[in-house]
Amino acid sequence: MKPKVAVFDFTGCEGCELNKLNFEDELLALLEHIDIVEWREAMDDKADHYTVAIVEGSISTPECVERIHDIRNRSDILIALGACAVQGGMNAMKNQYSLEHVREEVYGCEKDRFPTLPALPLSRYVRVDYEVRGCPMTKNEFLHILTSILMGKNPITPSHPVCVECKLNENECVYEKGMICLGPVTRGGCDSLCTNFGQYCTGCRGLVDKPDINAMIQILNKHGLSINEAKKKLELFNYEQHIN
Amino acid sequence: MGKDLNINVHHLTRVEGHGNIVVNMKEGKLEKARLEIVEAPRFFEAMLKGRSFQEAHFITSRICGICSLGHQITSLKATENALGLDVSEQTILLRKLLIHGATIQSNILHAYFLAVPDFLGEGSVFPLITSHKDVVVRALRMKKCANDIGDIISGRAVHPITLVPGGFTRIPTVEELEGLKKRLLEQMIPDALDTVETVIALAESVPNFNRDTEYISLQNDYEYALYDGDIFSSDTGRSPDTKYLSMTNEFIVPHSTSKHAKHHRDSLMVGALARWNNNHSQMHTVAQEAGQKMGLTTPCTNPYMNTIAQVAEVIHCTVDTIDIIDKLISNGLKDERPNQAPTKYGTGIGATEVPRGILYHEYTYNQQGQIEKANCIIPTGQNLGNIDDDMVKLVPEIIHEPKEKIILNLEMLVRAYDPCISCSVHMLEVDFIE
Repeated sequence: MKPKVAVFDFTGCEGCELNKLNFEDELLALLEHIDIVEWREAMDDKADHYTVAIVEGSISTPECVERIHDIRNRSDILIALGACAVQGGMNAMKNQYSLEHVREEVYGCEKDRFPTLPALPLSRYVRVDYEVRGCPMTKNEFLHILTSILMGKNPITPSHPVCVECKLNENECVYEKGMICLGPVTRGGCDSLCTNFGQYCTGCRGLVDKPDINAMIQILNKHGLSINEAKKKLELFNYEQHIN
Repeated sequence: MGKDLNINVHHLTRVEGHGNIVVNMKEGKLEKARLEIVEAPRFFEAMLKGRSFQEAHFITSRICGICSLGHQITSLKATENALGLDVSEQTILLRKLLIHGATIQSNILHAYFLAVPDFLGEGSVFPLITSHKDVVVRALRMKKCANDIGDIISGRAVHPITLVPGGFTRIPTVEELEGLKKRLLEQMIPDALDTVETVIALAESVPNFNRDTEYISLQNDYEYALYDGDIFSSDTGRSPDTKYLSMTNEFIVPHSTSKHAKHHRDSLMVGALARWNNNHSQMHTVAQEAGQKMGLTTPCTNPYMNTIAQVAEVIHCTVDTIDIIDKLISNGLKDERPNQAPTKYGTGIGATEVPRGILYHEYTYNQQGQIEKANCIIPTGQNLGNIDDDMVKLVPEIIHEPKEKIILNLEMLVRAYDPCISCSVHMLEVDFIE
């Protein structure tokens, strides 16, 4: 029997899910090896048990907490998909304010209608077996992890910084162009897509293991950002990694 | 007579985001027929506060993965407007290419993957891989080609990379553009024309339901308006984009975490059908003819036909993409640096036709170029009142049908609007001045 795969979305933009529908070249081949049994954005069906649950988005409401535990209980393997699910992503920036303040600012006197919790990664609530990083998630990493699971192998995901891949791509260092860049502390695996296209690295794939945040802040400071601005840059996708 | 009916479709499938359809009829009297929006709010205002003008489009892109390109372009236009940043003709042409790519991609995704399964009596696109493989393969090929427009010009189609205030961080090469043009000519145009034939074969399954409403779209004198234009209402004519608040008049309803909108009537419609009704004569001829062949009248008051209008737009956008590529190449591609030197700090508005209708962003910047105030009005929010009003008219018309058929017709109605519920809830409207 083919593995039963399900896709779920929590608090996020659903762009990672959309990216999966964008595997135009691989989708049909992939579907020969798996059965997609539940995916609200694409289909009506529902199922009771999943070999692999692929989960996008952060946990940010009491209802999310209940649902993620339920999904975990019914899944053999759980994959966190994209920055919101893996490290909280941009959603987590709201955690710098009190929940009361955030709700009041958006909904005024209607605030009590919208229960909210700090936006957190899935791993704060349930065991996560594999992580597909990026905003949006990196397609090749997703395919590598899923096919490894199907073949019973351990997927290998990098812990080196984006700079390694940027150098291999023979890009001019972003700092040489008079810009700033978070490549030195950001986990690679994206083939340095943003710097290949003339942008700087914004840190969407999360921090490397044991990053030297202080040195990074000093470099950003040396290149024109105030300490506060440097922290804000780092927090954009990594607020829950406690930059301060 | 005196029929009772209770429908509650929890978390409607094959739409972006979370919504419920709720209908209550008691003894033949309709008590409730509406789309309830239950998406979790994300509090984007907390993410934007105090952020630099160079980051606004980057952050608002994350409101919605499906609409990320539309959010970026609208955000950039608002920022450039607020800071007095001029952009070159080349920048505008490249942005128009990206809008075409995103529109083709989104319309194909909706028509083939989300809407068509209903017409063939399936719950998703996956069974069609066996029963209608050639159609699915064609859809994937078209989506891929449309996404490649985004990948080549902006680095990737979801959360694009190269767009920045004042221009682009990378300009595509002539070879890349010529390669795209070749594929559009040899593959996309034949596929788009085959799509028209597929639609004609399915056209009998489109429910026959009509309700005239106020159709609102952008409009300008020189082209089928997508990138810019005045706001045009089929009831009241043209207004400048600075009047956007009076064209939307958002208000809170108790059954939705997204606000509703109205202008001249109780509800209004934006999106492909509104654009067809208001501006079809400015489409490329081949697209106009295809629209008529697929049953689009002028005007067309059947909301289910919105999906058909999206298919007509696929043809228009493909032909126009080829024209723009020709123009870029004959102008000569220039390796321009983005213009990021503000000439003022104030308030600016951006209005763009994105696949689901007009998207508005408005920002106010302080003297440091940081966001003080932001507002964003989403197409799906503008359509929600119209969806409810359609349901109120539709349910009594089909009440003699079996319950499953009524539910299917209601689900198809909501899907026809191609609602993007994430966007509609993740709007921002807040004053940061303290």
